[in-house]
Amino acid sequence: MFTLKPIAVCVSMLTIAPAALAQAPQLGQPIAPADIAPWDISIGPDGAGLPPGQGTAIEGEAIYVAKCQACHGEKGVRPNVALAGALVGGMGTLAPDKTPIKTVGSFWPYATTLFDYVRRAMPFQESKSLTADEVYAVSAYILNLNGIIGPNDVIDAHSLPKVRMPNRDGFIPFPRNPK
Amino acid sequence: MIRKTHPELGDPAAGNGILSRRVFLEGTLVVGATGAGLSCGSAEPLAVQPWMKVPGPGFAGYGQPSPFESKVVKVFPPPPNPPGVGASRTPLHMLEGMITPSGLHFERSHSGVPEIDPDQHRLVIHGLVKRPLVFTVEALSRYPMQSRIAFIECGGNSLALNAPQAQPLNVAAIHGLLGCSEWTGVRLSTLLDEAGIEPEARWVIAEGADAAAMSRSIPLTKAMDDALLCLYQNGERVRPSNGYPVRLLLPGFEGNMNVKWLRRLKLTAGPAMTKDETSKYTILLKDEKAWQFVFPIEVKSVITRPSPGLALRGPGFYEISGLAWSGNGSIRQVDVSADGGRSWAPAALQGPILPKAPVRFRTAWQWNGGPAVLQSRATDDTGMVQPTRAQFAAERGFRGVYHYNAIASWRIDEMGEASNVYA
Repeated sequence: MFTLKPIAVCVSMLTIAPAALAQAPQLGQPIAPADIAPWDISIGPDGAGLPPGQGTAIEGEAIYVAKCQACHGEKGVRPNVALAGALVGGMGTLAPDKTPIKTVGSFWPYATTLFDYVRRAMPFQESKSLTADEVYAVSAYILNLNGIIGPNDVIDAHSLPKVRMPNRDGFIPFPRNPK
Repeated sequence: MIRKTHPELGDPAAGNGILSRRVFLEGTLVVGATGAGLSCGSAEPLAVQPWMKVPGPGFAGYGQPSPFESKVVKVFPPPPNPPGVGASRTPLHMLEGMITPSGLHFERSHSGVPEIDPDQHRLVIHGLVKRPLVFTVEALSRYPMQSRIAFIECGGNSLALNAPQAQPLNVAAIHGLLGCSEWTGVRLSTLLDEAGIEPEARWVIAEGADAAAMSRSIPLTKAMDDALLCLYQNGERVRPSNGYPVRLLLPGFEGNMNVKWLRRLKLTAGPAMTKDETSKYTILLKDEKAWQFVFPIEVKSVITRPSPGLALRGPGFYEISGLAWSGNGSIRQVDVSADGGRSWAPAALQGPILPKAPVRFRTAWQWNGGPAVLQSRATDDTGMVQPTRAQFAAERGFRGVYHYNAIASWRIDEMGEASNVYA
C-alpha cells in the first residue's frame, strides 16, 4: 500500500487545463510515476512493464507442483477445480465442428498475458506472492508443457514477448462494435 | 378521454390465445365473456387476523424483506469451487419492474468479494496522461454526479442455451446474470480531462482491487462518452459484491468490462490483452477464428413469467411478462408468441423506456389449457431484431459461449408446467 505524499495542488495546472475543467473541483492529487510503480502491474503484449528477472521451465516445475498443481492438476492437463481450466493441450480442437479445449497452448494469443495473469491473480490463495523470477519460471514451465519453448529456454523481459503463440492469429475484431 | 370498450375478452392478436396489448394500454379487459375465464368458487368468510389485534415490532435500522419472501434469493453453485469464485444469479422470475434490488443483483467475481475500507481505497489515473493523479473516495464524492438507470449483463449470461439439448433450467439458472440499477457517480471523462489525455492514448486499462486484480482494456472513446465511476447503487453506496466503494459503469457493454472495486486506470496506445479479453470473453466462431473485444450486449429479451417453476393454475387469463434490453440503445418493440414463433403480437412496453436499460413488457394471454410455446422477440431503436436460435447459429454456431442473445422458448404443457425448450 502506498501512502499519499502531501503535495500542494499545482496552481499552474489551472492555466493549462481546458476551460471545461473550471466546472470540476480538481481534487486529484499529483503523484510521481515512481510512487505508482508498486501498483502498475500491467504487462503489454509488446512486453512493456515486464520486470527484471528470469526463469526456465526446469526451474518452474517445482514451483508449479508446490503452488499450482492442487487446482490445475498434474502437468496442467486435467484441473482438479473446474473453473481453473486446463492449461495444457487442446491443440487442433479449434477446428470446425470440434469441441474446443481452450488452453494457454491452444488458444491464448500472447505469452505476456501468462506473466501478467499469474503475477496479479495467482496462486489463488496468495496472489501477488510470487517473485518475478518465480513468475517467469512457472510461465516457462506452462509454455514448455505446451511444446512452445524448450525446457532450458530462458524466459525474461526480452524473450517472453518474442514467444510465438500457436493461436496468435486466431482473433478477429467483432464487426458490430459502436463507432 | 373516451376509452374504447371491448365486448369480448380482449382482441385476439396472435395465435394460441395472445390478446391485444390494449388490455394494458387501455385497461379494458372484460373477463369471462367467452366462457374460458378463471373458474373461481366462492371465497371463504373473512377472519380478523391476529396481527390486527396487537402492535407489531418496532423499527429496524436497515429494512429486510418479509420472512415470507425467504425464497427470493440469489442462486449460486455449491463447492467445489472456492467461495466467491464464479457467479451468483438474480432470481428474475420472482421480481417485477425494471430495477433489481441491490441485494439481489447478480455478481461475478474472480477471487471473492474484497472487504475494502473506503478511507484506505485509492483510484489512480496514469499512463498516457499529462498529470498522473490519485483520488480518494472522499474526493470522488465531491465531484458533480450523474444518475442513470442501466443494466449490467455478464457476457456469459444465457450460455446454457448453447448446449445441444435444452437443459431443465429456470430463468435464474439460464438468464440470471442480468441486473439493473440506478447508478450514481462521476463521469470518467471529467477525471480524464483533469489528468490531461496525451494525444497517442487510445485505450484505458481498468483494474480492480480484488485479489485477482481483474483487468480489462476499454476503448478511450467509450471512457469519454458515457462511462461513469459509480459510488451509489439504487440510492445507497454500491454494495461490496457490486464493487464498493467505486465501480466502473460502461452502459451497454458486457458486464466483465464494468470493473468493480476500481483502483487503477492506465491510459495506453493499445490494449493490454489481459486474460479476460483473450482467453475469456472472446467468441470462437464456426471456423477457427474468434471474435475479440465484443463490447455491446446486443438486443435480447426473456419471458420471466410464466417460466419454469411458476406453473399455471388452470386455463384462463394470464399476463406474460418479461424483460427486454439492448446495449446499443432503447427497446422499440417486443413481440410475443404463444405458438413457437408462428404468429406474433406486439407487447405493451412499461415506461420509462431508457437507452441501455431493461424494459418490462406485458402481454395478455388466454391459455386454453393446451400445449403452448412462449417466446419473446425484441427490436431496438437501431433496428436490430433479436435473432432466432437458427439465425444465431448460422452466424456464429454454438461454440462461442458468450453473448448468447437468441430468442428463448418456454414450453407450457397441459399441466401448466413450463420448461426450457428449443423451438
